[in-house]
Amino acid sequence: MLLMSVWSCFFGQDEEDGTETGEGDEWMQGKTLIKPLDQLDLTEAELKEEFTRILTANNPHAPQNIVRYSFKERSYKPISSVDQLAVHFVLEGNLLHQDSDEARRQRAKQGDVEEGGGEERADSVESKAGKKEQKITNQFNFSERASQTLNNPLRERGCQTEPPPRANFSATANQWEIYDVYLEVLQKQEKNKEKAKAVPKKDDDKGKKKMMLVETQSDDITKVAKVAKIIERMVNQNTFDDIAQDFKYFEDASDEYREQEGTLLPLWKFQYDKAKRLSVTALCWNESYKDLFAVGLGSYDFTKQGRGMLVFYSLKNSTFPEYIYPTTSGILCLDIHKHLPYLVAVGFYDGCVAVYNLKEETLQPIYKSTAKSGKHTDPVWQVKWQKDDMDNNHNFFSVSSDGRVVSWTLVKNELVFTDIIKLIIEIFDNVCRPAACGTSFDFHKQIDYLFLVGTEEGKIHKCSKAYSSQFLETYNAHNMAVDAVKWNHFHTKVFISCSSDWTVKIWDHTIKTPMFTFDLNASVGDVAWSPYSSTVFAAVTTDGKVHTFDLSINKYEAICQQPVVAKKKTKLTHIEFNPVYPIIIVGDDRGYVTSLKLSPNLRKKPKEKKGQELPKGPEVEIAKMEKLLSLLREPENSNA
Amino acid sequence: MTIHHTDMPEEMRVETMELCVTACEKFATNNESAAKMIKELMDKKFGSSWHVVIGEGFGFEVTHEVKNLLYMFFGGSLAVCVWKCS
Repeated sequence: MLLMSVWSCFFGQDEEDGTETGEGDEWMQGKTLIKPLDQLDLTEAELKEEFTRILTANNPHAPQNIVRYSFKERSYKPISSVDQLAVHFVLEGNLLHQDSDEARRQRAKQGDVEEGGGEERADSVESKAGKKEQKITNQFNFSERASQTLNNPLRERGCQTEPPPRANFSATANQWEIYDVYLEVLQKQEKNKEKAKAVPKKDDDKGKKKMMLVETQSDDITKVAKVAKIIERMVNQNTFDDIAQDFKYFEDASDEYREQEGTLLPLWKFQYDKAKRLSVTALCWNESYKDLFAVGLGSYDFTKQGRGMLVFYSLKNSTFPEYIYPTTSGILCLDIHKHLPYLVAVGFYDGCVAVYNLKEETLQPIYKSTAKSGKHTDPVWQVKWQKDDMDNNHNFFSVSSDGRVVSWTLVKNELVFTDIIKLIIEIFDNVCRPAACGTSFDFHKQIDYLFLVGTEEGKIHKCSKAYSSQFLETYNAHNMAVDAVKWNHFHTKVFISCSSDWTVKIWDHTIKTPMFTFDLNASVGDVAWSPYSSTVFAAVTTDGKVHTFDLSINKYEAICQQPVVAKKKTKLTHIEFNPVYPIIIVGDDRGYVTSLKLSPNLRKKPKEKKGQELPKGPEVEIAKMEKLLSLLREPENSNA
Repeated sequence: MTIHHTDMPEEMRVETMELCVTACEKFATNNESAAKMIKELMDKKFGSSWHVVIGEGFGFEVTHEVKNLLYMFFGGSLAVCVWKCS
């Protein structure tokens, strides 16, 4: 049956009804037109009739007669125009107008996200913002984020070779370098020549070479030593420049307002490391080299006897001594020869005396007294050079606690001693005459044979070199040991003595009683006359003070009392005036030597009278002293 | 003339030294010309590139190819330094 309907469709057109006629015979037969039974039978004329068909855009599905109820007219009315729109496809979109609310909200949200996202966009945003006025060229918001790095040139390993090896070399080309090189070459050439000649003369050459080497070595050291010394002095001068300036030029201006008093200006301080535990036991200026002075170091303490040292300082170099001589026993006294500045006589605690020659390289004395050659049995307290004797031999005197005053003569290689005098204690003319202990002595400046000896008992004996057993005079000077006795440099009759009994006394050697007595409230270690004035002297005490007196200004009191050391416990042991410069050196028991400058008030010369020329020279000084003494003598004479 | 320092092979050293002496004698007053002559001849003979310094007072620190440095003195006061470094 299905087949049949298919066939009818082929042949039939408008009508759908497919008749089942047309049996299975149809397709066996050829194409013969077969009219379906229900086909309209039309005449030919009717067949040729043309019918017009119009195609419109009307939606065939759209209804053509929509009727709506109109409430106004209360009846159904047909709508004239019917919507012919046929929707084929609908898709919901999400585009917003940029100025609409929703769009703004969304942009705001986007802005937050962008900032948190990264700074990279900032540029673009900024550039966008900046370029809003202009035409926005960067449409896609593109920003270059890559940074330029070193682009290594591409090299192909396959055909590259290794570069040749390189090395660094450096040198300097100066005149002296060239000179040195030429010298070396010369030497090498000479060596080669020598080697060529060496076959016949081997030994000689070797010897010569050795000599050459030794010489060059010693030359180098000595040359450098001298230069080094100069440089050391320069450095010291620079370091202590202000002290050097003070030493030379400073004059205390306030002295004008101080009437009589003066001051001491501290200058250099000399100390030597290895001598720290030793006391300064002797000081002596060198007469020929005015800036050189000797310091003897030892110990006054009976229980603490150890080694000693002889040290020479120069004012030009305050940090290190010029010469150092260590000794086995403590030094107690020393003296530098007046005319031969290299000869130094030294007295030791163990009783020996020795003579050092500064010119020698060795650290040993050139002469030393031994037990056999008459050394003292007790400490030697003072040594003093004398004038050369008749055989032109140098000689010096020494005084010691064993009561002997001995003269030593330097004869060729030996030290020959001669007892000059033996000090004895007179005890009521008893047979027993124990030896007194001499602690100091001084020779008269003009009268050669006259000298004074101070003893431990406090007596001062005036002696002569000629008389060996008797004293010319004895003065009961002090209650304790006489520490120093010194003749005045100008006045021939005056001498001064100091003692541990706190007093300093000035004497006229013709009179048995002292002219002046000064009580200094502390044990006096040393006293010294000034070389420029007959009335000025200075004393040092164990309480660390220096007392300076000028008798022409003030007869009763010191014009300057000044503590000189930092620590109060340090005792001052010795004092010496410089023969030329207005400075003094003071030694203490800690091994320090302090140099001080005297202020103008301490160095006063007698005032000029108008119209009169100021007389200079020692006569003035003598006259000054004489004046003072005469004042004293007259009342004495009147008393006596 | 004396050689102060060199690491050239024997033949090269002798040749270079001769060349330097000739140049310095020829241009005794003009260091620059002497140096120029030495440099050009060295470049020709031993390859580029050479550097030459002639003077009486100078210090230097150079990087040179190994076995291509000569430092010598001439005439008691002149120093010549020749080195190769490309």
